[in-house]
Amino acid sequence: MIDRLSAALKFDSEALSLRDRRQQVLANNIANADTPNYKARDFNFSRALAQATAGAEIGGRNISREGNTLALTMTSSNHIATQGGINSGPSMLYRVPDQPSLDGNTVSMDQERSRFTDNAVRYQAALTLLNSRIRGLKSAMQPE
Amino acid sequence: MAAQGQRMNVTASNLANADSVAGPNGEAYRAKHLIFAARQQENGGIGGVRVRGLVEDSAPLRQEYRPDHPLADEAGYVSLPNVEPVNEMVDMIAASRSYQANVEVMNTSKQLMLKTLTLGEN
Repeated sequence: MIDRLSAALKFDSEALSLRDRRQQVLANNIANADTPNYKARDFNFSRALAQATAGAEIGGRNISREGNTLALTMTSSNHIATQGGINSGPSMLYRVPDQPSLDGNTVSMDQERSRFTDNAVRYQAALTLLNSRIRGLKSAMQPE
Repeated sequence: MAAQGQRMNVTASNLANADSVAGPNGEAYRAKHLIFAARQQENGGIGGVRVRGLVEDSAPLRQEYRPDHPLADEAGYVSLPNVEPVNEMVDMIAASRSYQANVEVMNTSKQLMLKTLTLGEN
């Protein structure tokens, strides 16, 4: 029951937590707009979401996630295989600056702010979707 | 935000002391500047910003010929602070803009968090 529920909400919750993560990354870029030699960072949202939701759910157990997990290497047959692995989060990339600056900083304030606003709106969209999904599940559970 | 606030403070101190001929060490005031550094980026590169240090401007002190000044040296020159008011004003405006940007980021994050807290209601 509960695993069905969490499976139904998995996509939305992953999307929401990735949006939150991206919000943090962009806020960090804005905070470091005056730091010399700071390189602006970001991650590819659609790829990160695909990675986060790629793990096949079979029998309630997360079998394997591609790309962003650190699996243990087994060198002996007596070793016990791990399940799931360590999730290292989305792979962080560096932004390509469109104009160089003298202090080596690659934060473009306009870009970061527009991306931040865009991400905030998308976060709200994801939130609304998750809310309506919860409402749908709730109304499906109403006895009547 | 704290870093930008500190930058504002330093700028204000520089401007206020633009004409301080004698400081506690008996010398003229030297302009001060902050050095920003990105904080240690653990787990995926989010750390924020911190102030790494405060440095004094090494530019030579302004010399002015005022033989009747009590602090003048044998040749009649007085050392005045090396504060450049124009630079300081520019620095102040930049700091205030960055501060505003950070306030906006904080406001947006707060709104999103409040909305997230109402998730699942109704």
